[in-house]
Amino acid sequence: MTASRPPVLAANSVSMVFGGLTALSNVSLRLQEGQILGLIGPNGAGKTTFFNCLTGLYSPTTGNVELRGRVLPKDPAAVTVAGVARTFQNIRLFPSMTSLENVLVGRHSRMKQGPIASLFHGPAYRKGEQDARDRSLELLEFVGLASVHDELARNLPYGDQRRLEIARALATDPSVLLLDEPTAGMNPQETEATRQLIFAIRETGVAVVVIEHDTKFIFSLCDHVSVLVQGQLLVEGTPEVVRGDPRVIEAYLGKPPDEVQAEVRGYAEEVGHGGPDATQVMEPVRDVDGGSEGGNR
Amino acid sequence: MATLLQQLINGLVLGGLIALIALGYTMVYGIIQLINFAHGEVFMVGGFASLATYRYFLPPSWRSDWWLALPLMAIGGAVVAVVLAVVMERFAYRPLRNAPRLAPLITALGVSVILKEVVRLGYPGATAPVPFPRAFVDQQYRFEFFDGTVSIGSTAILMIVVSIIGAIVLQTYISRSRMGRAMRATAQDPDTARLMGVNPNRTIVLTFTIGGALAGLAGVLYGIHITNVDTEVGFLYGIFAFTAAVLGGVGSIKGAVIGGFAIGLIKTLSGQYFPGGTQYDLVWIFVLLIVVLVFRPQGLFGEPERVRA
Repeated sequence: MTASRPPVLAANSVSMVFGGLTALSNVSLRLQEGQILGLIGPNGAGKTTFFNCLTGLYSPTTGNVELRGRVLPKDPAAVTVAGVARTFQNIRLFPSMTSLENVLVGRHSRMKQGPIASLFHGPAYRKGEQDARDRSLELLEFVGLASVHDELARNLPYGDQRRLEIARALATDPSVLLLDEPTAGMNPQETEATRQLIFAIRETGVAVVVIEHDTKFIFSLCDHVSVLVQGQLLVEGTPEVVRGDPRVIEAYLGKPPDEVQAEVRGYAEEVGHGGPDATQVMEPVRDVDGGSEGGNR
Repeated sequence: MATLLQQLINGLVLGGLIALIALGYTMVYGIIQLINFAHGEVFMVGGFASLATYRYFLPPSWRSDWWLALPLMAIGGAVVAVVLAVVMERFAYRPLRNAPRLAPLITALGVSVILKEVVRLGYPGATAPVPFPRAFVDQQYRFEFFDGTVSIGSTAILMIVVSIIGAIVLQTYISRSRMGRAMRATAQDPDTARLMGVNPNRTIVLTFTIGGALAGLAGVLYGIHITNVDTEVGFLYGIFAFTAAVLGGVGSIKGAVIGGFAIGLIKTLSGQYFPGGTQYDLVWIFVLLIVVLVFRPQGLFGEPERVRA
């Protein structure tokens, strides 16, 4: 990565304080055009809080977030219009709408029809609606859900719901896509499919930030990895650099014993023989980020 | 037989009126989980506004032509009702958006009382029922049916037709259009909708606008059908409409319409045939409501309330 190129997304010394609790302190991050950036860290490190700052759900106590050099607005809907889209750690689809309708909601801000035009179906209205449908079906096809476009979101299998969230986020035409644990609860095949999907998304010119617990997944996916520990950026760099850094190992070992076991197993495997052939995935770790930080309320 | 048919017709007319008002209750509840008790008052104000349009804004020469007067009265009533509903949302409910649910509910009751008193004291002669022009009810169609004569007025036909068309247009709007999708998305998960680029305030204002317009239309239709309007009707029909919305399942468009017609029919039929007559017709409405809620607490077409994860 050449440092001279302007980043797509830049977080500048973002701090977030809730009452007396500092969830994030001075976190800076640069996301380059076409980059896949991984954000890892132990439970409660502030990853989801950081995502919420990037999407305008929280406004940082100090610091700011810039998209292509412009400070992001405070309103989440305006942030989406500006070009940052996200998925959620605990799936948040519109359960009583079909897959297609979910994606069409993502398309909402890119459509023009106002409330009156929607009442009198004129030719311009119909064309706009048709274009949105075409684009949404294209996106469903892209994530492999074209066959279930008429299915209610709540009836989809878990893995499909995660992919539908990605399609919905892509429908907002983002410059930056934020994925909050996109493979949580997935089996190895689904995880690999998701990895390929993220590569394909990068090919379309969207920069991606991924939060994951599965370190093997992150190291095999990302160009750049940032490690967040107790609200602070501990290490960042290429997967090779981060993987070997003793502070990262220490950070992961410094956790309560029950959570450490699973993490360490995954990590040790990774350090030991981190070849690309190793598709085995560690067990998903029960994440408490959302709950403890009130992240997704 | 003629009596039965006559009461069925009367029931449909009353039901159509209730359904138009119930749509506003159900939509607002669907999107911000507020029982807007002031919605009945919006209906009442719509009636007064259309009357004012007729009295104070229509040139006398236009008044006798119903095809000229009626649309203008409908516009007058609906516009005032919409403005009222939107102002209410902006100044009474929006500041309480994140307050405990009880706060906006009590506010709604307060707004209801205020509106009623303002109209009662402010509109000339509104301390008693104010007569509507009779020009629109003169047209009565009579026909023989088995053992008697059945009559249906043009205003009665208009009421049934408008309520059904209104419900169909609304259903199509909500299920097909861009703003309709935004409304459903906001109703299901407001925060996520926001993160997908849907402006919640715009969506909520649109909901109040549609509810207000339908209540305003109901006010006009009520006025020309009953031939008077009274400050008390807001509360009375508000309760009917609220009951209809609960019966059909709050949040459901189809439920509000079917609930409205069900209540209209039960009221007229029980008044005719059940012991006690019209003195007890309200009892049967609430007996029906209780029976339905015992077996389907979410109402006929409502979705069971989910606790959000």
